[in-house]
Amino acid sequence: MDIKPSERMVCRAAEELANKEVVFVGIGLPNVACNLAKETHAPELFMIYESGAVGTLPERLPVSIGDPALVTDSASICSVADIFQCYLQRGNISVGFLSGAQIDRYGNLNTTAIGGDYSNPKVRLPGSGGACEIAIHSKKVFIIMRLNDRAFVEKCDFITSVGRKVGEQTRSQLGCPGAGPVKVITDMCVMDFNDQEEMIVTELFPGVSKEQVQAKCGFKLNFSDKLKELKDPPEGHIRLLRDKLDPKGMYI
Amino acid sequence: MTKLVSLKEAVAECVQDEDTLVIEGFTHLICHAAGHEIIRQKKKNLTLARLTPDTVYDQMIEAGVCKKLVFSWAGNPGVGSLHAVRRHTEAKYTERIELEEYSHGGMMTRLQAGSMGQPFGMIQSFNGTDIPKVNPAIKEITCPYTQKKIQTVPALNPDVCVVHVQRADKNGNAQVWGLMGTQKESAFAAKKVIVVAEEIVEASVIRRDPNRTLIPEVIVDCVVHEPWGCHPSFAQGYYDRDNDFYVNWDVISRDSKTYADWLNEFVYSSENHADYMKKLGTKTMERLKAKSRMCEGVDYGY
Repeated sequence: MDIKPSERMVCRAAEELANKEVVFVGIGLPNVACNLAKETHAPELFMIYESGAVGTLPERLPVSIGDPALVTDSASICSVADIFQCYLQRGNISVGFLSGAQIDRYGNLNTTAIGGDYSNPKVRLPGSGGACEIAIHSKKVFIIMRLNDRAFVEKCDFITSVGRKVGEQTRSQLGCPGAGPVKVITDMCVMDFNDQEEMIVTELFPGVSKEQVQAKCGFKLNFSDKLKELKDPPEGHIRLLRDKLDPKGMYI
Repeated sequence: MTKLVSLKEAVAECVQDEDTLVIEGFTHLICHAAGHEIIRQKKKNLTLARLTPDTVYDQMIEAGVCKKLVFSWAGNPGVGSLHAVRRHTEAKYTERIELEEYSHGGMMTRLQAGSMGQPFGMIQSFNGTDIPKVNPAIKEITCPYTQKKIQTVPALNPDVCVVHVQRADKNGNAQVWGLMGTQKESAFAAKKVIVVAEEIVEASVIRRDPNRTLIPEVIVDCVVHEPWGCHPSFAQGYYDRDNDFYVNWDVISRDSKTYADWLNEFVYSSENHADYMKKLGTKTMERLKAKSRMCEGVDYGY
């Protein structure tokens, strides 16, 4: 079976989710990963969307974080105030997913603006939304991003969401209760963070070399001594993705 | 007392040039009809505030009614960029609008503080981010009990708030189910409130299920009956989100010529929202009409 890199990303992300975990879900690959985990090893995964849908059971793959299908059959619907105060700020979210247009070695993310200065940017991006709050308050964060040297940069033009360290300040010095990013899942490799709070490659996708990974990254990467090759996901998981979770190939 | 008026009358009466306006909705119940009517009435220099300015604010920016955007996430939900926002904020363009930017928690807290009559709200949202560096309104205080550093944002009290709801009575008691966004906070924070409803019902219908009333008549100035008033946004139990519209909008809005053509056809040349819906056609309405899913109801007896 020919497995696409995006399918490996989703399957690898799904593996990280434990049953009964409370996960703050974003649209796109994280959404597919959460639904895959729920269909396989984590049937009681508790999914929360920032629009106010809590404990969702959508019949179709939601096309936005506020899809009406998230409301039907959910455990609870609450206000956006409750989501940010009672769920996130209170520490009730165990896993958050984030992505961005730029990321640095510490996992700081930019979703605000690129190039020029803030008032005169080359590209204006949508902004934080709830990302900076997810980054601060989720107990841990998984980052899903395709590897390329325009996105994985030495320095973000703007830090929207905090990673493991900003300048010399650690998360505890910054007053961030959650652990921050613990995994970065790309389309070529998987990374953890080392004692210096920097990304370290721990798994390579099949057929991908260290050199190929480094060539696609804008900063010098650390590689683990125990570097592993990512195993192929079970065929049944790929079938689920293609036949049920994203049959139109919207995200994968 | 009935507050029932047309959308044209409500906008003419409540919205003035230079106002700060919130057209509410967090993906759900976003009253595009109100935005279109404001464009038709050629209001000027509005400050548009909302967590998620989507297609309707993008259209108002392109139509030139907006001087400033106060927001936390300016994108086409589930699709990508808002092209009028980009054309009015990026370095290579000359006609610019002002931006004042927060996070979702930050914007929500501004409206919540406004709704509670507080001068500011407290939040723990900006540790380590660059957002306070570009927005001096975000400040920091020390908690008098724990000495912990906490960020503050100023109350937002919009001149006008438009809230779209599933049903309301003629006095303005308005009921919402499904996603509630920051509708309650915005309505209580605003100086004037326009309620736009899919259905106008007898007061007795509201009173049989009072837990569902999000906005009470005491803060409502105008009530408008405007079915399908949210398209391409949705109203739970009435019609689905028009995802095809949001996807196609990326193509239409990318080019200022096709954008202008769309505004001419669907906004300027439409007499009102019913006219807009007529142009969309019955096929679109049939495609989006919600399939019923009733709940059991509850017993309010004692």
